[in-house]
Amino acid sequence: MNISYIILIPAIPLVVFLLLGIFNQRIKPSVSGYVGVFGLLASALMSIYAAYQYFFVSGNVDGVFQTFSQKTVWMNFTDSLHIDMGILIDPISVMMLIVVSVVSLMVHIYSRGYMKGDDGYTKFFAFLSLFTFSMFGLVLATNLFQIYIFWELVGVSSYLLIGYYYTKTSAIAAAKKAFVVTRFADFGFLIGILIVGYYTGTFDFETLNNPEGSAILNWASSSFMGLSALTWALILIFMGGAGKSAMFPLHIWLPDAMEGPTPVSALIHAATMVVAGIFLVARLFPMYYFVDNGFVLNIVTYVGAFSALFAAIIAITQTDIKRVLAFSTMSQLGYMMLALGVSGYDGHEGVGFMASMFHLFTHAMFKALLFLGAGSVIHAVHSNYLKDMGGLRKYMPITNTTFLIAALAISGVPPFAGFWSKDEILVAAFEQDKLIYFVGVFVAGLTAFYMFRIYFGIFWGKDNTYEHTPKESPLSMTFPLLVLAFLSMTVGFIPFSEFISPNKVGFEAHLNYPLAAVATVVGLIGIALAWVFYKKENSLADKWAIGFGMFYKWTSNKFYFDEIYMFVAKKIFFKRVSEPIAKFDRKYVDGTMVGIGNTTVGTSKKIKGLQSGRVQDYAFAFIAGAVVIGLVFIYFWT
Amino acid sequence: MIEGISIYDVLTLTTILFFIGVYGFLTRKNLISILISVEMILNASVVNFVIINKYLYPDILQGVIFSIFIIAVAAAETALAVAIIINLYRQISSVEVKDTEVMKY
Amino acid sequence: MERILFYLLALNMISFAIAAVSTRKMLRSVIYLLFVLVGVAGIFFLIDYNFLAAIQLTVYAGGIIVLIIFSVLLVHHIELKLEMAKPKRQIATVIACLLGIGLFLTTIYSYHFNVVENNLTTTTSDIGSKLLSYGEGGFILPFEVISVLLLAAMIGAIIIAKGKKLNPKTHT
Repeated sequence: MNISYIILIPAIPLVVFLLLGIFNQRIKPSVSGYVGVFGLLASALMSIYAAYQYFFVSGNVDGVFQTFSQKTVWMNFTDSLHIDMGILIDPISVMMLIVVSVVSLMVHIYSRGYMKGDDGYTKFFAFLSLFTFSMFGLVLATNLFQIYIFWELVGVSSYLLIGYYYTKTSAIAAAKKAFVVTRFADFGFLIGILIVGYYTGTFDFETLNNPEGSAILNWASSSFMGLSALTWALILIFMGGAGKSAMFPLHIWLPDAMEGPTPVSALIHAATMVVAGIFLVARLFPMYYFVDNGFVLNIVTYVGAFSALFAAIIAITQTDIKRVLAFSTMSQLGYMMLALGVSGYDGHEGVGFMASMFHLFTHAMFKALLFLGAGSVIHAVHSNYLKDMGGLRKYMPITNTTFLIAALAISGVPPFAGFWSKDEILVAAFEQDKLIYFVGVFVAGLTAFYMFRIYFGIFWGKDNTYEHTPKESPLSMTFPLLVLAFLSMTVGFIPFSEFISPNKVGFEAHLNYPLAAVATVVGLIGIALAWVFYKKENSLADKWAIGFGMFYKWTSNKFYFDEIYMFVAKKIFFKRVSEPIAKFDRKYVDGTMVGIGNTTVGTSKKIKGLQSGRVQDYAFAFIAGAVVIGLVFIYFWT
Repeated sequence: MIEGISIYDVLTLTTILFFIGVYGFLTRKNLISILISVEMILNASVVNFVIINKYLYPDILQGVIFSIFIIAVAAAETALAVAIIINLYRQISSVEVKDTEVMKY
Repeated sequence: MERILFYLLALNMISFAIAAVSTRKMLRSVIYLLFVLVGVAGIFFLIDYNFLAAIQLTVYAGGIIVLIIFSVLLVHHIELKLEMAKPKRQIATVIACLLGIGLFLTTIYSYHFNVVENNLTTTTSDIGSKLLSYGEGGFILPFEVISVLLLAAMIGAIIIAKGKKLNPKTHT
């Protein structure tokens, strides 16, 4: 398969970014929007063509999906240990190409309407292109170091886009928070990479993931604190992934990241960047599975399950619709993580892996749709809060319909996309661990409940009176909604298991009817409860909230996690550790350096007088010196 | 060959002349005076060339020829120096060394 | 006879040289220099280099000294007393110069010169043919270079002395 054209997929957004970034002020907003959209359209078409080529024409050889790669040596350390740059084509990277390009294209189109009239219009598109480029680079990376480079690049673009409204203090704080928290996690990732490089002598995915390769066979060669070194490395790499994917306890940045413009939230904090963590674990899945017999996968499972539950509970009480969606994202990401964690490797055992990727795919579609729908609502009523909304179905029919479709999809109601992928996850969990399965089902119910809570809150509920009558968003915004709604309805029918599996051999996955029925019923119960509580304006919800008392308060404050982090950071780290160090630094380290500087300045001031500028002084010094040297040579040397 | 005068006597004379020139070069505060000192130094070296030619290698003329060249270069140098001094004088109305210290520090 | 003449010349040159570098009057300093240069010409006569002595007299005494006198008259008032260096500096310079003289003389006197007794006379035509010969030991190339140098110096001197276009008010 000829894959050389695939390099163009990330290259086009990069060119667009450079173009818009350099000629920022000189490009008319209308032009820059089109540049961004058409650039991405080209990338998206190429991605789809690549996927068609890969899955249906030349990727499948004797039932096994081949891995294609093209790379050049970038930094050479030793013969075996070198950092390459290149592109790697296998089922999950092709799938990610589709996800990133389609969602990004939709968001680009949507942004043309949403950001209209904004001062930084061109800048916004430039940043979006930068992000898209980085994300493509991330999914196409051939080795750990390349993925790390692009990993940081998406972090930077995320930082830039969260802090897009840079005059708003809260946006700046949120951007910083996201950056610092993910950086902290990436620190673990980096150490993990270095450990892997040290013990296996390679960064290359193909070598690392080969089940018969030396990296996996010799995993137990060295140990540290009861676990093998590679196990530690994988835990640390998972820490990086957990940071990006907002897993508990590194989730605190994601809700705040909603300060960014809504299209950004849809693209970065729902569909693409946050799944980078999932993608990373999936990318290294053979290692995770074989090293230490899948010990790390247990951690992945429990972290994922706990995050899913934790976030779902918080989501119920939030009043800012974007925050509800943020916690919902976190919850769904937890789902994907737990699916990876319970997955096996061969044949039908790999259903968890497949389900995780499937859910990633469907979730990207319907969660982007939810965010874009929420953006459309926010655009109309100029508020993020549920209390300012209600009864909007009359004003915004398209948004209403598409939002409903997305909500049904995420709640797991057949035949929408979320049902299929969620069902596969639950099947995988059921086969592996009953506790995880029950958590999963419970979270599915919660998801349905909070999703319909905001759905009813926005489009039904009380009939708000609005100062400006809300009206349906322009075509540029509703078109992506319609496209994504169509995708949310249909992508569930893709037979994913034939394309994606841990060992790259397709298998048949069947719908498990009892489990599917249970999940659907739980989802419907959630919806029904939401109907009772929020369909009509009533005081039932408030009464229940009082009934839960402390628990409700805890939940609406997100279990005080932000406060705990602040306490640990401020009271303990800053006061006990940083302050003495800072003092030492200022007094002794700086003091020494300043002293050296002052001495130099003082000395130079003193000897500055020697440079009088008079030729005669120099001549005098020269002649006197020559005479002295002559004397020395003649009388004292021999 | 001067009768009764050894090469040492003449070289002593030129050495003294040379250092008087150096003394002048170092102590005078006026560009023209410095020029005069430089002329003196040059003359001392010219005499040295000629004397060594005459006393040690009388049958060749290298020293003499070089003296001619030195005199020519000295003439050119003086002409240029005087031109510079006059130009400087027109610019800053002074030919004192201390007034030309703009390249100080 | 020649010996006495030489000592007279030497005494004359040294004293005028000292006078030239220590007088506080500009014009006198130039005239003292003239005497020194004439003394040098005298030495050339003594060693029978008449042509060189003639050059010395015409170029130095006739050309350079006149040039310097002109510049002095252009830029100085005749009565102006020259500024002298600080005594401390003078003493330091004197010490350095005396040390230098000592160094030179000891070096000279400790070296044995292989003096060739002779009474050869050099004629002007010898010098001329040497200067213009392009055979072995000829100086035609340096001679040409020097002539170009003199031309360049002449042009340069004119350009520099002319300076920028003068402001009519500050015309000197």
